[in-house]
Amino acid sequence: MHFNRIIFIGLGLGLAFSSLKGQQTSYSDGEMAFIPGGNYFPFFSGKEDQEKVDPFYIDRFPVTNREFETFLADHPQWSKKNIKSLFADAGYLKHWKQDSGFESDITMSPVVFVSWFAAQKYCECMGKRLPTTTEWELVAEAGKTRPDGRNEEGFTRLILGMASKPNPATHPEVGKTLLNYYGVWDMHGLIWEWTYDFNSALGTGGSRSDSNAENTLFCGGGSGKAKDVDDYAAFLRHALRSSLKANYTVSNVGFRCAKDADKP
Amino acid sequence: MEQHKLTSRFIFIFSLFLLSGLMACQRSDKTENKESLGREHNLVEIIGEEKAILTSPPFVPPPIARKHATKVIIDLEVIELEQEIADGVSYVFWTFGGTVPGSFIRIREGDYVEFHLKNHPDNKLPHNIDLHAVTGQGGGAEATFAAPGYEAVFNFTALNPGLFVYHCATAPVGMHIANGMYGLILVEPKEGLLKVDKEFYVMQGDFYTEGSYGESGLQPFDMNKAIKEQPDYVVFNGKVGALTGENTLKAKAGETVRLFVGNGGPNLVSSFHVIGEVFDNVYMEGGSLKNHDIQTTLVPAGGSAITEFKVEIPGDFILVDHSIFRAFNKGALGILEVDGEENKLIYSGKSEPGIYQPSAEAGKPKKKSEETFALTPEQQLALGEKLYKINCAACHLNDGNGVTNIFPPLKNSDYFNKDITKAIAPVVNGLSGEITVNGQKYNSVMPKQALTDAETAAVLNYVYQIMNESKTTVKPEDVKKVRK
Repeated sequence: MHFNRIIFIGLGLGLAFSSLKGQQTSYSDGEMAFIPGGNYFPFFSGKEDQEKVDPFYIDRFPVTNREFETFLADHPQWSKKNIKSLFADAGYLKHWKQDSGFESDITMSPVVFVSWFAAQKYCECMGKRLPTTTEWELVAEAGKTRPDGRNEEGFTRLILGMASKPNPATHPEVGKTLLNYYGVWDMHGLIWEWTYDFNSALGTGGSRSDSNAENTLFCGGGSGKAKDVDDYAAFLRHALRSSLKANYTVSNVGFRCAKDADKP
Repeated sequence: MEQHKLTSRFIFIFSLFLLSGLMACQRSDKTENKESLGREHNLVEIIGEEKAILTSPPFVPPPIARKHATKVIIDLEVIELEQEIADGVSYVFWTFGGTVPGSFIRIREGDYVEFHLKNHPDNKLPHNIDLHAVTGQGGGAEATFAAPGYEAVFNFTALNPGLFVYHCATAPVGMHIANGMYGLILVEPKEGLLKVDKEFYVMQGDFYTEGSYGESGLQPFDMNKAIKEQPDYVVFNGKVGALTGENTLKAKAGETVRLFVGNGGPNLVSSFHVIGEVFDNVYMEGGSLKNHDIQTTLVPAGGSAITEFKVEIPGDFILVDHSIFRAFNKGALGILEVDGEENKLIYSGKSEPGIYQPSAEAGKPKKKSEETFALTPEQQLALGEKLYKINCAACHLNDGNGVTNIFPPLKNSDYFNKDITKAIAPVVNGLSGEITVNGQKYNSVMPKQALTDAETAAVLNYVYQIMNESKTTVKPEDVKKVRK
């Protein structure tokens, strides 16, 4: 009798512990994943263009409405009411209520209708920065079970399928779409995300002499040099990024932060 | 030749047209020769301003009555939406104006256009527009590139007249077009088009879905099929049945009809044809060159054609891509329904309905009936089964159950009773007219079969003994007696 009770309590504790642990792995504010870095081949160019990526950390989840609200409480100059028009256009936090706050059902949804300036400021205040496009794409290449998921069966198709669904009325919670090899959620199928150098794809790229070839990527919308012309999802992301300006606020563009690995 | 086709009512209009054509020629001799290069002469004085009327397919905005160039403001909205591509099958279309193809735009040669492209805030993707009517970088693509929730504006002068395709040119371009982002813009020539009674807007497109044709539910875009150029759907106006049933195009006998035909692709070239009509005029590839008396006109992907004809007689005229499997198996089929008085001189209809029974020569038994004499009853039944599969199963099906209301059953069929003459006659002489089988009326045609007497006996014995579990036996000489 006595024994049974102890076992029962023990079991109960075990259950409580495991569910708590489960919660931690599914979501935690600003928690980051380590990305060992490596060589990244931009999808729109040949092998000679590989870029070395240093190790870095990246947020496991896109920044949520709740996190962004907390940030605004400490930095009211970035609130809907006070933000300088230079830093965001009229659509800033359009999905929130008139002055501040939002409907409770989007608490854990990714924050959208944020400008690049606001996103970068948020990351700065967290001691982080926006990921570069190369970093972001490197993480996005990961499949469920390996760093290069593009060879995983059905991976490209899965991403493309998610990318071509219509926008839902409100964005679902973070941490529900796809968990990748690095333990990073929602790289595909939830929202588009700002990157630090989102607008560089169209630039003439100071270090490159082949600016012409890169430009044709977006003029004609295809690139003869593309290493993987089937990677339509990558084309979609690059097209989206190149349509943006830093003060734009878009219904399905949010962000996550990154930081260098040598600053833990 | 053309005059022959037109009634007296149209001779008047036609001669007016000739006259105006003559005048245009005289003028063009001086300044606007079509053969000459450059169209700067169309940079003319702009008088006034108006908002373009946009229409959804199959409708077309009214002809332009203006005799001068004006400033035209065009507002076109990009909308991503889920709708049916076939009954029970849905697809996420990316559209110009909420329809596939996009809104029809009608302007006049020399017009100065202020184009507003609005990318709806609920959209997932950036979009732009490349109008083939535009002389300039990307046809406006670069100038109109807009993120979701943003608007882009650019201006152009319509230098060349013609029927032009517009489409989205955002990476990946193929995918944007494959999802329905195309439409037509008509730049009416200064002299206008011939007056007609009915104008319609028809545009073909090919679609690539993960499920094959008709597989129900929401079907995602299949990139691999698109690259292989193997569409599941080839349709007019964005849906199987967009121009049939209650959406049929309608006209009255004696009316003149103009079809503005476009092809969005992304991959296939269309062999556009209207079954039962000859196009009196075709503006080839949507340009200024007019051809006459055309059966089928080629509409390139990213191209167009204008076809004009008079519907002289009533009937259903079928619009098809004459790459014909696309019409009957993938959806490229529409109907132009014409009501009114018949003209038996032009078309008589079926005057003497009946069956064609091949001549005695052609239908003559090929082999001597003696050949099967030596067979045992089992071998005869096996032969009967084989012959059944070759000669009968196509209509009456392998199991002999037939097709309700069309092909009567042979299995467990009250038609196969003691009267073997009734069973032999259709096989050797053919059968038409109403019959009753198992209480069900059938009224089809069965052609006579090219079987010898012995073969006929063998196949009928198979039907009697195996399909109807009857002991009846048909002998070759029974067949011989019935054969006419």
